[in-house]
Amino acid sequence: MTVFVIRRFLQSIAVLCVTAVIVFIGIYAIGDPAEMLISPDASPAERAQVVASLGLDKPLWEQFFTFAWNALHGDLGRSFVFNRPSISLIFERLPATLELTLTGLVFALLLGIPLGLLSGLKPNTATDEVIMTGSIFGFSLPSFWQGMMLIMIFSVWLGWLPSTGRGQMGEFLGLRSSLFTLDGLTHLILPAINLSLFKLSLVIRLTRTGVRETMPLDFVKFARAKGISERRIVFVHVFKNILIPLITVIGLELGSMLAFAVVTETIFAWPGIGKLLIDSIMRLDRPVVVAYLLVIVSLFIFINFVVDVLYSLVDPRVRLGGAQ
Amino acid sequence: MTPVLEVKNLSTHFMTRRGILKAVDDVSFTVGEREIVGLVGESGSGKSITGFSILGLVDPPGRVVSGQILFNGEDLLKMSPGAMRTIRGKRIAMIFQDPMMTLNPVLSVATQMIETVQAHDRVSRTEARARARDALGLVGIPSPEERLDSYPHQFSGGMRQRVAIAIALLHRPDLIIADEPTTALDVTIQSQILFEIKRLAAEFGMALIWISHDLGVVAALADRIMVMYAGRIVEAGQVDGVLTAPRHPYTSGLLSAVPAAVPRGEPLRPIPGFAPSPLSRPSGCAFRDRCARATDICATEPIRSIAADREFRCFHPHLWSAA
Repeated sequence: MTVFVIRRFLQSIAVLCVTAVIVFIGIYAIGDPAEMLISPDASPAERAQVVASLGLDKPLWEQFFTFAWNALHGDLGRSFVFNRPSISLIFERLPATLELTLTGLVFALLLGIPLGLLSGLKPNTATDEVIMTGSIFGFSLPSFWQGMMLIMIFSVWLGWLPSTGRGQMGEFLGLRSSLFTLDGLTHLILPAINLSLFKLSLVIRLTRTGVRETMPLDFVKFARAKGISERRIVFVHVFKNILIPLITVIGLELGSMLAFAVVTETIFAWPGIGKLLIDSIMRLDRPVVVAYLLVIVSLFIFINFVVDVLYSLVDPRVRLGGAQ
Repeated sequence: MTPVLEVKNLSTHFMTRRGILKAVDDVSFTVGEREIVGLVGESGSGKSITGFSILGLVDPPGRVVSGQILFNGEDLLKMSPGAMRTIRGKRIAMIFQDPMMTLNPVLSVATQMIETVQAHDRVSRTEARARARDALGLVGIPSPEERLDSYPHQFSGGMRQRVAIAIALLHRPDLIIADEPTTALDVTIQSQILFEIKRLAAEFGMALIWISHDLGVVAALADRIMVMYAGRIVEAGQVDGVLTAPRHPYTSGLLSAVPAAVPRGEPLRPIPGFAPSPLSRPSGCAFRDRCARATDICATEPIRSIAADREFRCFHPHLWSAA
């Protein structure tokens, strides 16, 4: 286990370095931030001064090494636009996105697993057909359209739920979140559903496939021959086997949900990190973009690590560690 | 001797898209107390489905369509699913063919054994665990206490089959159905397991139905033998009698295809042709296309002839002057 953690840690650092280089050069290649930042009627002297103060007059490699050196000291640079540390901009927005994503994920799991089980245990029945058809819609209708339809139905026509913003936030155990007030919750429902519909369909299908593949296996029949109740067979014998693929996919998807919550955040004006990223790319605000991607990559690495640890808990055949 | 199990005219059919597949067709037999019965046949002859039918474990689209399965006088086919569950694993246990597949890979051996104890008896976890440990010891697994917390992949094939046998023994059932339990094992392990099961069956007074395609195994183990062909029992009787003086041409065909039974140097004589597709069995005797003794009458259904301690379904049985 220790060997596994150390090796994984070293790999992560390599991944972070490579990401930093690629993103840094990529943003540099897109355009000159000075063009976006300095007003067209500034004098050449003013212009030169701003460029020098941002360090944009130096060659690329020098800019990169300044960034890298500062990054090693925990400073990911200041936003060109807001003139504030980019990392604090990100951490201001991150909780809103995390809250949205995790709620969406929990929703997808709480609904998706039971529906998938139902569908898998009664294949080719009316229930199964309805669930499967529903999941096709979840898969194929574009997210932004689903979001607009949700607003149309629940906010405009029915007037049940608010359509924009995060609402009131409550504080609980030092955490500030919309989850802790009723108003906040009502604001959270629509965007969370919008974000989770695709994942919900995915979870349903994965669970159904898992059930269909596991039920005919010998150990299920053997469990029946032992006189084990059908409920225990489904929820212990079969379910624990399905968890393995489910955890893999959910781990990957959680990362992509965090990173690409942009669409949902834009539709519902959710003050999350996705919106910040889009704005920063538009303004070529390099420090924010680089810092954002480094944070997201770190999250991905962390999630994958958790997935690997969960594996070893669920599947005894997986033992984390070096070659033995 | 009162029979533990009495199967009467059992038919199990599979309703497939291409028609009705008669996997088990009008099968009748009895298993006495402490008796070891070998059920022999080639792949697809319906011997495994017969075993599953007894336990009510035939998967759709298969279904027991008719017959009676009297277990200690009670018809299992008339039982509610709940009542049937209290029989399975408790009074009738089953051992499967592939020990690699019968244990759940993600649950520890302890979990899989304790749940079996607790499915039938209201006992504490500690007591269930103690019973599981004793059962492991009984089947010859060294240091059972430590092995309990292992997972199936940490056992070899033979050891896994011992675990499966230990699970079957947990409740000291009246009857164990063993579906080719040694087929997937090495020859040396095979004979160990064989010996082990025979010893335990005798020790606990259990009856045993041993399903196999291996005549040698059945000859070494069973008291009585039943030969199945195309969903039917074509011949049944005491092992010695059937193997030395088979009446049904299929049985004698099987015997002359066994390497050990044929004198050295003499060629094996395989039965010509193939078993008929279960979807399109000929009327009458299903073996007649492959049978040297067949005549026109074989196109009609041969009835069960019961003579002394032997029964067979054939119009032209071998006659043995000594008998």
